[in-house]
Amino acid sequence: MKKILELLENDARLTPQTIAVMLNMKEDDVVRAIKELEEKNVIVGYFTLIDWEKVGEEKVSAIIEVKITPQRDLGYDAVAMRICRFPEVKTVRLMSGAYDLAVVIEGQTMREVASFVTQKLASIEHVLSTATHFVLKNYKNQGIIVDDGEEDRRLMVTP
Amino acid sequence: MTTQTDWLGRINPIVRSIQPSGIRRFFDLVAEMKGVISLGVGEPDFVTPWHIRESCVYALEKGYTMYTSNHGLLELREEIARDLADSYGVSYNPRDEVLITVGVSEGFDLAMRTILCPGDEVLIPAPSYVSYAPVTIMTGAVPVFLKTSMESGFQVSPEMVEKAITPKTKVLILCNPNNPTGSTIDRKRLLEIAEIARAYDLIIVSDEIYSRLTYVGEHTCVSSLPGMRERTILLNGFSKSHAMTGWRVGYAAGHPDFISAMTKIHQYTMLCAPITAQVAALEALKNGKIAMNKMVEHYNHRRRLVLQALREIGLPCSEPRGAFYAFPEIRSTGLSSEDFAQQLLKEEKVAVVPGNAFGEQGEGFIRCSYAASVDDLTEAFRRMNSFVSRRVSKGKVVIVSFGKNESKKEGICRTV
Repeated sequence: MKKILELLENDARLTPQTIAVMLNMKEDDVVRAIKELEEKNVIVGYFTLIDWEKVGEEKVSAIIEVKITPQRDLGYDAVAMRICRFPEVKTVRLMSGAYDLAVVIEGQTMREVASFVTQKLASIEHVLSTATHFVLKNYKNQGIIVDDGEEDRRLMVTP
Repeated sequence: MTTQTDWLGRINPIVRSIQPSGIRRFFDLVAEMKGVISLGVGEPDFVTPWHIRESCVYALEKGYTMYTSNHGLLELREEIARDLADSYGVSYNPRDEVLITVGVSEGFDLAMRTILCPGDEVLIPAPSYVSYAPVTIMTGAVPVFLKTSMESGFQVSPEMVEKAITPKTKVLILCNPNNPTGSTIDRKRLLEIAEIARAYDLIIVSDEIYSRLTYVGEHTCVSSLPGMRERTILLNGFSKSHAMTGWRVGYAAGHPDFISAMTKIHQYTMLCAPITAQVAALEALKNGKIAMNKMVEHYNHRRRLVLQALREIGLPCSEPRGAFYAFPEIRSTGLSSEDFAQQLLKEEKVAVVPGNAFGEQGEGFIRCSYAASVDDLTEAFRRMNSFVSRRVSKGKVVIVSFGKNESKKEGICRTV
């Protein structure tokens, strides 16, 4: 199970057939295991990491520190879930330290992101304050260095 | 009037007699082509893990740019001794039984020059790494090849060794795991060979550079066997285990008298291994285990993919259990190793190394390195498949499928 997850985490395109060969397993077993992992929500989704800038697509993202008043019995969960449901919101995490939620928002323009924060996010009940930090450059994303310049420099044939 | 200097006539006849490595010859051919997927590379496709590189950068900033002792940094030798004891249960005194060398290549050269006299005979498994025979010849000694075959999993047998022994036999070279075949020698077989070595008073020069890259069973260090520490020169390094080929750092471990004799040559020819590389090697040993295990796991995944791909193509291959090479037989295509490699390169832009680059015994085989990404491997073997099946349509190939490799006792995936 763990080995299958490690392989898929690294490359979601791997077919069950290939995974079976790599791990010396039966293909049917791999198919079954993956299905089970999906059903149990262990595998939450498959996505592709895209550098949109390279195709001329302008995207703006911002990390927003949100302070909220926790609610009796619900803590931070209810407010967090309300924020989660906006499609503009990519990530929501409860943090230790000076603020409560770290929210990542993606939009087409800075104005769009700013207006989302003021209109939608800051106005939610129990939200005390927000601090918006726009992302200027991505160096590393999801464990992958954006342009690491470490292409294969080996000679084509060596002993 | 000036006369031309006759350089060729002045070159030491022994050096003149040595052929340049067959791999380099093939390299020139590949270098001219674009869009080639290479399975011809004898080094990891990983870059040295960052924590190792970073430690070297830090050392440079701190001004570590000087010579080290001829033996190498004591701290590194201590760490090597600890690692050998932990991993293989063999203990060496870091003060006088370990010498840091410029890769196993230098260690091998030193060992051979230290021990061999003209006329001595050296037993060398074949096929094997390209430098064993030439370095032997350069000392004036005589290489005697132990011809291994795919049918026996490219294993050196004790009988084979015993049969080749003459009163002049001094050294037996072992390379475990083996480049180019990927074969490993298990403990039982090593014990049998060790017995012969003791009976005939042979010295074993043991190249264990691929020891960490063992996928089936556990690696046995020759000097860990009873009575073998006394008659073994153990050579190892960091190139393959920690993806550090270009750093050129390795080590030799053995009897203090022998290490001190090797050190004499080393101090007059090399002085010491580069301090930058030694510092990096120290970091690799101290903190490199997680990254190393990760890389080994990747190689193992790819090893299985490659075996499966070869099975689908119908090229017989003895199951490689170590290193990162598969050594399939290509005789069924009716081509020689070199023709196969050249035509595959020309028609499909896939580079492999012709087996005869590793000596006559490698004829009829090609070496495919799986130190390449899964995507590249998949595409390369897809291309190889269409190359081979074109030979089928010419009526030259008989394709027979064979069973699951890892379940077979001797690890042979021979077609019948």
